[in-house]
Amino acid sequence: MKELVVISGKGGAGKTSIVASFAALAKNKVMADCDVDAADLHLLLEPHIRHREEFRSGKSAVIDAECCTQCGKCREVCRYQAISEDYVVDKIACEGCGVCVHFCPEQAIELRENLSGEWFISDTRFGTLVHAKLGIAEENSGKLVALVRQNAKLLAQEDGSDLILADGAPGIGCPVISSITGASAVLVVTEPTLSGIHDMKRVVDLAGHFQIPTFICVNKFDINEQLTAQVETFCQQRRLKLMGRIPYDTVVTKAMVQGKTVVEYSSGLVAKEIEKLWRQISYALAGD
Amino acid sequence: MIIAIASGKGGTGKTTLATNLAMNLARKGQQVQLLDCDVEEPNCHLFLKPIIETTETVSLPVPQVDEQKCTGCGQCGQICEFSAIVCIKEKVLTFPELCHGCGGCTLVCPEGAICETPREIGVIEQGRADEIQFVHGRLRVGEAMSPPLIREVKERVSHQGTSIIDAPPGTSCPVIEAIRGSDICILVTEPTPFGLNDLVLAVGMVRALELPHAVIINRADVGDRKVVEYCRQEGIDLLMEIPDDRRIARGYSRGQLILDVAPEYEDKFQMLMDKIETMSASEEVKA
Repeated sequence: MKELVVISGKGGAGKTSIVASFAALAKNKVMADCDVDAADLHLLLEPHIRHREEFRSGKSAVIDAECCTQCGKCREVCRYQAISEDYVVDKIACEGCGVCVHFCPEQAIELRENLSGEWFISDTRFGTLVHAKLGIAEENSGKLVALVRQNAKLLAQEDGSDLILADGAPGIGCPVISSITGASAVLVVTEPTLSGIHDMKRVVDLAGHFQIPTFICVNKFDINEQLTAQVETFCQQRRLKLMGRIPYDTVVTKAMVQGKTVVEYSSGLVAKEIEKLWRQISYALAGD
Repeated sequence: MIIAIASGKGGTGKTTLATNLAMNLARKGQQVQLLDCDVEEPNCHLFLKPIIETTETVSLPVPQVDEQKCTGCGQCGQICEFSAIVCIKEKVLTFPELCHGCGGCTLVCPEGAICETPREIGVIEQGRADEIQFVHGRLRVGEAMSPPLIREVKERVSHQGTSIIDAPPGTSCPVIEAIRGSDICILVTEPTPFGLNDLVLAVGMVRALELPHAVIINRADVGDRKVVEYCRQEGIDLLMEIPDDRRIARGYSRGQLILDVAPEYEDKFQMLMDKIETMSASEEVKA
């Protein structure tokens, strides 16, 4: 079984639109939305939730005002300035390290587990989707991503699927690292802008750091062909496979507004290029 | 005044807005600072081309155990909530990449056997771009923990004139770290189903933080009108709509500011700044 994770470094490069089209094209797969922070894949896949579970992770300190003598020890040992002058814990600043709990002479503080989000197994018109919703202002997105991937893998094994198709988060931090470690390959979607290229290089380095085979695709390649050529040169230098070039077209937005994937909505050039991209990638995945 | 620019969805135009707003103020002779808190993928420097004057390394303090002094009592492993230090059969192991730098193990060790040693998570670069005081953080590639680096970038807020913060996308801990403590948070979105979905999440976030907020729609004429309807229903101020414009898109791809490719925006960004100031003044009255 193969696992392909689509990432981009920079947000808005077109990850989710491309993953959704792949979902329509690929056979016998399980899908996973690893962008648990601002998940969008469900908007195109219309999931019917068949199983939901709470995600409990991370802790916060809670001070019992009855027992607290306001001695100041907790404020002294806390490195996150999470305890106010009137001894209330700022839940957002609190890291849940428990140092205050340990040093409180009155045992007036305890750590409580947070309900940090939910995750789901859903049916879609393209097969099973595992997705999640991180609670607002919550932490531990990396752990929730790991949970989504784990469950996608279990389901894929049960169903005898050949592929897990995952939509990643923007950036190069905790949730992205959690999305790609151990994957069969990543597809980096970039755009020919200075920001797009800057961010692609960092995320390519990240994938290299974890030794994950990396494919590249340039989205909206025709908005600046000079910069597209720079991406091509970069791919040659780094011996990365450039898998496709997708032109800019408002059809992508139009399809999204209709809640459809591009390949369902249109049979134009963008759809054809995405189909070609998918053929290239599935061929490369099978060859690995 | 501290203005944070955020968005649920990535690629909606946070950096565009932050850099243009900062440059417009600077060109009018006002004191302005720009802090790029998108430390995973900082981009403001591509548009402002600052001259970097100082580079500092940012580290987290992680435990180092003196085996001579350690008796293997295991108290360090018991206090650690992150499994960054564990004691197995009287032998202590550390996992620095899991450490949050809380200092609990150092404090609790009865033998004074644990000291802290710095683990590099990234750098902060500071300099000037024309008259803009420029600060950004760059997370080390492979490093998972961005919030401590963002916290350090924000330590450099000048509290003089206007400070503009470019936040990372999303709604989780790095974003919270970037926007908390600001006077107003501007949410940039685009008028599409993805844009709306992620805007609703971002509004939930700024409400949880009790931050005054308003919305700007970028590429306002693509997609549909549902973001406008949503803002009206929720009573959220819509401060500006920037239409899809080939000049802007082309300039953006090359690292050019809107101000330099579409000069009529000088007045528009000034009007935007006036609105932000009016909002911030009325928030002060409320407070």
